[in-house]
This record gives sequence, structure tokens and C-alpha cells, in this order.
Amino acid sequence: MSLFITCINDTMFPHTGRAVVSVLERLGCEVTVPANQTCCGQMFTNSGWFGEGVKSVRAFVRAFADAEVIVGPSGSCVGSVRHQHPMLADDAGDAGLRHEVDQIVARTRELSEFIVDDLGLVDVGAHFPHTVTFHPTCHSVRVAKVGDRPQQLLRAVDGITVVDLPHAEECCGFGGTFSVKNPDVSAAMGTDKVAHAVASGAEYVVAGDNSCLLHIGGLAHRTKAPIRTIHLAEILASTQDAPFMAGAAR
Amino acid sequence: MTRRTPDVAPVTWLGMPAFPANAKVQLANDRQRANLTHATRTIRAKRAAVVSEVDDWEQLRLAGAAIKDRTLRHLDTYLVEFEKKLKAAGATVHWARDAAEANQVVIDVTRAAGADEVVKVKSMATQEIELNEALEEAGIAAWETDLAELIVQLGHDSPSHILVPAIHRNRSEIREIFLTEMGRYGRAAPDDLTDDPGRLAEAARIHLREKFLRAKVAVSGANFAVAETGTLVVVESEGNGRMCLTLPETLITVVGIEKVLPTFADLEVFLKLLPRSSTGERMNPYTTMWTGAHGLDGPRDVHVVLVDNGRTNALADQFGRQVLRCIRCSACLNICPVYERVGGHAYGSVYPGPIGAVLTPQLRGHTEAIDASLPFASSLCGACFDVCPVRIEIPDLLVHLRRQVVDEHKRGGLGLERLAMGVLGEVMGNPHSLRAAQIASTLAGKLPIPGIGRKLPGPGASAWTTSRDLPMPAAETFTQWWRKRSDAPGTDEEPDR
Amino acid sequence: MSARDEILGRIRGALADVGEPDPARDVVLDWNYGQPLPMDDVIARFVQRVEDYRAEVVRADEAALPGQITAVLQRHGATAVVVPAGLPEAWRDAAGAAADVVVEQRRQPLPHDELNRIDAVVTASRVSIAETGTIVLDHAPDQGRRALSLVPDLHLCVVREGDVVSDVGEAVGLLGISVASHRPLTWISGPSATSDIELNRVEGVHGPRTLVVLLVG
Repeated sequence: MSLFITCINDTMFPHTGRAVVSVLERLGCEVTVPANQTCCGQMFTNSGWFGEGVKSVRAFVRAFADAEVIVGPSGSCVGSVRHQHPMLADDAGDAGLRHEVDQIVARTRELSEFIVDDLGLVDVGAHFPHTVTFHPTCHSVRVAKVGDRPQQLLRAVDGITVVDLPHAEECCGFGGTFSVKNPDVSAAMGTDKVAHAVASGAEYVVAGDNSCLLHIGGLAHRTKAPIRTIHLAEILASTQDAPFMAGAAR
Repeated sequence: MTRRTPDVAPVTWLGMPAFPANAKVQLANDRQRANLTHATRTIRAKRAAVVSEVDDWEQLRLAGAAIKDRTLRHLDTYLVEFEKKLKAAGATVHWARDAAEANQVVIDVTRAAGADEVVKVKSMATQEIELNEALEEAGIAAWETDLAELIVQLGHDSPSHILVPAIHRNRSEIREIFLTEMGRYGRAAPDDLTDDPGRLAEAARIHLREKFLRAKVAVSGANFAVAETGTLVVVESEGNGRMCLTLPETLITVVGIEKVLPTFADLEVFLKLLPRSSTGERMNPYTTMWTGAHGLDGPRDVHVVLVDNGRTNALADQFGRQVLRCIRCSACLNICPVYERVGGHAYGSVYPGPIGAVLTPQLRGHTEAIDASLPFASSLCGACFDVCPVRIEIPDLLVHLRRQVVDEHKRGGLGLERLAMGVLGEVMGNPHSLRAAQIASTLAGKLPIPGIGRKLPGPGASAWTTSRDLPMPAAETFTQWWRKRSDAPGTDEEPDR
Repeated sequence: MSARDEILGRIRGALADVGEPDPARDVVLDWNYGQPLPMDDVIARFVQRVEDYRAEVVRADEAALPGQITAVLQRHGATAVVVPAGLPEAWRDAAGAAADVVVEQRRQPLPHDELNRIDAVVTASRVSIAETGTIVLDHAPDQGRRALSLVPDLHLCVVREGDVVSDVGEAVGLLGISVASHRPLTWISGPSATSDIELNRVEGVHGPRTLVVLLVG
């Protein structure tokens, strides 16, 4: 499988990428990372800059043309590939690009989809003796439509305690450039999300999107809220022999 | 000339600040936020419960969307048919290109009826055209009779929700408004009025009853207009609609041209979708359906005003026209995390929330700052689409309109954003540029500064770090790590953590 | 150019992309109109749903109906009752046993203020819907004009079990005839109510604050 690392993970959260490699190689996958990949382009598309967005679509198509299966540790970025790349190709009036996009979309998976559907696994042999609560990010649920696969994977982790997140289905307020174009509303939404995560009693709030966690974690850190953020992949990579170490490489 | 109805807060939608500035003001109103949180959570739970009872809800949504699309794509045909059936049923049909024309029709018909006041059924169309103020200027008093509209009118306020315009008010505020204001415009509220909702509703019943009994003219909107039969439909709860639609001699109904449905049978779909989506009830208490004039039963002088007021602009946008499917249920407002926190006034339009963010710029265009900012007033979480009974793709429409705003303003006020997007667009379109940029970011990550928590300069960064900390970029990107790992033959396959 | 012609012209201009002239072929609709909703007991569902709205349901057979009309009016303390001229004579007499009765003639509607002084109204109904607890009046002579069942504070509405259908689709199917006969319709689901104060439902605003359904089987 080819890893679609996503630009934000590549630059800001490389430890998540290393965790994805760790868990997938442990499960017997041969991981490749196409070197010429960039970004899904969602930042441009959602800001109304379609011309810039389609450049990312072309780069994505070039980078993953030969990939058998493309796996991304982000519901939002995978959702953008699935939902927005066809739209951008059509908008550019490029039927050839649309055809290539359709081929690639059919081979693109969000991490939890790949593990549950393609590998047919729920228990990945992870060990994580902590209390966590899961935030189902909006784009993973409503755009990528990963369903409850992340929760299935979490529940099968050895030693873990998963507690309910109150109002879990509500947006955290990140929303890409929304977080800077409407910073007050974004922060108000995120503050409520942090409060709900704290109220759950968990040590960690888990999600499949580091972009949302960047926002939630940034608010929690500023307000010294007793909750930490962690990407699902890092829990799945954690084992008895190589446990997750908070703060390591963070 | 002294005013006859309560003056309204000096709200002029046009020229008002953009959404982020309005939102900041509204967010600081703690009482409003508490009221909105309580109200939206209540209605969300009710909606979810009654929608879950309907096994074929998704089929209903698809049917609702298809019926509306069919109508919109052949709107001229259906409007002409509707007009013909209305005339045959004894109604007078007027057409209005814009708000001013529609208001003038209502003024003229009211004067011809010898009246200097009208009773009104809650109607978004008449709010949109700002009919009440036009009537006031013409010396005609317009009395709102829906409880929430009455609260807004007596409170010198403006509506903040499509279904419940006074959603931002709680019971004790409503009691204060009734005690202070009712007596100035009719029967006063009883001195011993409490904030019990039943007592408040009773005060409204007594205050409005005399107006219903004496009114010669009523003004309504319509939820649906059936082309096949010329039937108009008003869906309501309190009975104020029935009072207005049946007691006065003259009835003027202001209808947006998109309200048409092809057949009477189509009402089946919408009378299942609307109440459950809107008030979270299996059926609303009262629905009135009338077809022109009905002899001695109800008004004998029946007028219908078909209003464009920007709807044909929306219709001309092949993707954007789906916004005209909207049946004004408010489910998208009630589910929206942005609306829940800022309320309706921040949207600068009688149509707030997600639907307002896509409808208002299509009706009014986006030259005004507020209108240009509305498509950005969303985190694109997508909850609005999930609850929309006619499957309006609000998130995609928001993005579609953002693109239009950007295209229109590229050469003007978006200099910095254009620069940033242009540079980043090149970077993300070219892996070599991205790798070079990442080297710069990792250098920042190697600086001896604590890893998280700095306040950063620059518009985007400072908007982020006003309330949130930002971690440093990593000292080594994932791709740098991966290349090192791949380039080192015979190293341990176990990635370091 | 008239507003009408200009608006129709704008619409035609806006829809230049629509090639197919037949609306039904242009947008295909997958919906089966007028279908019943499967349920074990239509009448039981109707009663349950009407009571959900905090309306009162009284069941009676044909013979017991007049006695129940009298009893309900007495129980609610009605002193003046209006009935439409087309109401069955036995029902009108039963109302008369409890209160003063005004019979409104089709061609002589009562003035508003006179109607406003009357406590209660007794009407028949056209069709009712079990799933939503809805009663529909088509204002035939046994139901009277619309204001009659609106202004008095107590509405005693007779529903025949044979007129209760499962769901909205069936009802709309039946009511097409009423609309074609140029009758107005009033759909009633419980007493008048509002959710305008903090989104909590309160029964009783402008319409009848008490709805009693006499279900005849």
C-alpha cells in the first residue's frame, strides 16, 4: 500500500506518520511513500481558490498513479480526495483528469477503513492502558463516511478504557481556514469540545484527524485543561513491547 | 406622523459589518447563548425522535428534493398554471419583481379595502421584503400575530430564527416585554402576569383576540402553492394563522415564486417532511388549505402576490438553484454549531444559519461585506445537509459561493490572501517546492524555543494564537525521516518511535 | 414590460440549460403516492397519537353518541354551543340538552363578536390520520365554515372510525376530491399550541384550547 501522509502530518505531526508505518508493517503490509506527494488541496478548495486546488489534484494523481491502494491517516484529507477531486476536475473541464481521479478515488482509503475492510482486522494487537474518549471528526463521518470503524479498532485495543464523549457528533470548530477567518466562533466551539472531553473523564481525546486535534489541543494547552490529544494511529501502534510515550517526538 | 406600531431597532442589513465582527459581539451575550443552547438542544432532540419513527425518511427526502427540482426546472410552466387556477377560483394575482413592488401591492389593496391596519400571519417572505416598515410609512399598522413575532415586534427587536424568531429570548424577558409594551398597542397584559409559558400564551391570546375580530385585512405568506389546483397552504401551530386566513374580508398572500408544487398529491411528501423537520412534531397543530375565495366561508377578496426579489438570480446558477428547494423548516439552524453560538442576528439577514449563508448571497449578491462573508460563516461540518428535508447540499454550496466571492474580489480586498494562496498553490502543486518549504519549517522547529504556546504575528497566525497555542513545526518532517530510513540499507525495519 | 412578463422572462432565461420540456421526464421521481402505512390497529394508533397532543378522546357507538355529546358539553361547563346547519339532528338535540344551541345557516354567518361569545362548537369531520393524530375538516355542511370550529374555545369533533386512515398519503389521496369540489381544508392535530417560548410546547393559544374527539365505531 502507498501512504498518503497528508501535508499537515508530514510537517507538523511526523510521529503520526511513523505510527502508521509501524502498525501497518506490524500487520504485514509493504508500505511505500511516494516521494512526490504534496497535499489534497482542501485548504484552497474550501477557501474558494479552485484554480489553486486543482493543482493539488494534478499533483495527487501524478504521485499515486501507480499505487495499488492509497491509505491516508485523515478522514478529512481522504474525504477531500473522494468528494472534491472529482468536482475540481469537472470544474476545470478536464475529462481526462476526471477519469484519472475516478480511478484513484476507488483505490483510496482512510486508515481505519483500510485496516477493517482491506485487512479484515479489528484487533491489531495494540496495547494502550489508558482512558480515552473518541471524537468522530465531521469529515471522517460525513465526507469520508468511515462509520464506526475507528471505534471498532479502539475497543479492540488491549488495556484501553473508552468512555463516551458528550455531544460527540458536534463539530470541534476547526474547519480549516474557518479557524482563522472566524477565530472567535471557532474558539467558542473548540472550548465546548474541550469541556466535553474533560467531562468525559478521559486522559486522551482520540481522533482520526490531526487538524482537529491541533485545534482542540491548542485550546486545551492554552487553558491548561486536563486532557491530551492523540491520533488513532498512535494508539494502534502502541504495544506492550513498544508502548506509546507521551511527549516523545511531539 | 407618530408611529402606530413599535419602532424597530435600527438594523440595516446592508452596510453592516461582516459576519466575524457580528459574531464576536453576539458571542459575548451570555444570556442569549444560554437561551440558544437550551432551545436548539431541545428542538434537536425532538426532531431526532420523530424522524427516527419514519422508516422511509431517506426516500421521502429524495422525493422532496426531486419534486422541488422538477418544479424549479419548469418554474414558468407551473407558475402560469398556478395563476390560471387561482384566477378561476376567484383570486386576484399580482406579480412583483422586487420588495418595493410587492409592498406597494399590499399597500394598494389594503387602502382599497378601506383599512388602516392589517393582521399578519408569520411569513418569511414579508420579513424579507420588510413589509411592516413599508406599511408603517404608508400609515398602515401591521400587527404580527404569531407569538414569537409578537414578542419580537413588541420588543422592538428583529427576528433571529426562521421558525422561532424570538428564540434568543427566555421566558422572563418575554414577561417583561409583555408587561411593558402590550398596553401601548392594545389590550394590556394582566398585572399579575408570571413567566409561566401558559400564562404568557394566554396574555397573547387576549391581546390579539380584539385585533383578529376587528381586522378587515390580513396578510400571510404560504408554505406551499399547488399549481394543479390553485391551492395555498399555511402550516402553523397557534391558530393565529386560521384567524387571519378566515376572519377578515380581504386576504393578501405574499408568495415567493419558488413555493409552487406541481400537484395536490405532492403535499403528501411535504406534509410528512416539514413538521417533523421543523417543530419536531408528527404534525403541526393546524394546516389551512384554501383555493381562491370560498363564498361566505372566509375572505371574499383574495389576493396573491408572486414575488421574485432575487429568486431568479439563484435560479440562473445551475448548482446554486437547489437553494430554492428550501421549505424554511429551520432544521439546519437548530443543528448548526455556529448558529447555536452566535444566534441569528450575526447573519445580517432574515434568513440566518446555514441556509441563510447560502440563500442570502444568492438573493442579494455579494458586493456588501456582510453578504460576501456569509459563505465563510461555517466550519463545513456538514450537519446541516444531514437534517435538510430536501437534501440541499449546503456545505458544497458554501464552497461554491466562496469560489464566487473569491473570483469577484480577487483584484480587490483579498491581496494578502491572494498572495498566500498563490504561493501555497504553487508549493502544493509541486513536490519540489513543498520539500524546499519544509526545510524552512523544520529549521523553525529546530530553534531553541519551547515546542508549543507562542503567540505569533501576522493576520492568520495571530487569529489562531489569540485563543489557541500552536505547536512548533517538527524538526524533521515525515518524508525526511522516511527518506533517511529508506536510504540506510540494512537498518532495523522497526521504525523508531 | 409587465412584472409578470419580466419575471417569466427572467425564469426562462435562467433555465436556458433545461433541455427536456416534459417535467416528469426531466426529473424522475421515485415515490409511490397514497400508500397506506402498515400498522396493526389503525384506530388504536389514532387514539394514542391524538392523546399524545393532550386532546381528549371519547369512544362511543352510534347509539351512545348523542348521550356522549351531552355529557362532554356538560363536563366542560359549556353554556352556549354553535352547530352547523348540516349537523345530524340527533347530535344537535344532544347539544341542546346541555346548553343553548345556535344553528348557523350556511347563508347567514354569525357576526364575529357573536361567535366569540359562544363556548363550544360541535362538528363532524371528513378524514382522519392515525399516524399523526390528525383530523381533517373539508367544511361540508355537517362541519360548517372555517371560523365556526376556530373561534369557540371548545371543539367537540365527531370522527367515524371508518374515516380514519393510516397515514398522510392516504388522506391526501382522499382529499383531492374535496379540493376539486372547491372546498377549503383545515387539518387539526390536537389543540392549539405553541413552541415559541424556549421551544417547549404549550397547549392553548388562539384556536380552541380544548379539543375533544368523539370517536364513533
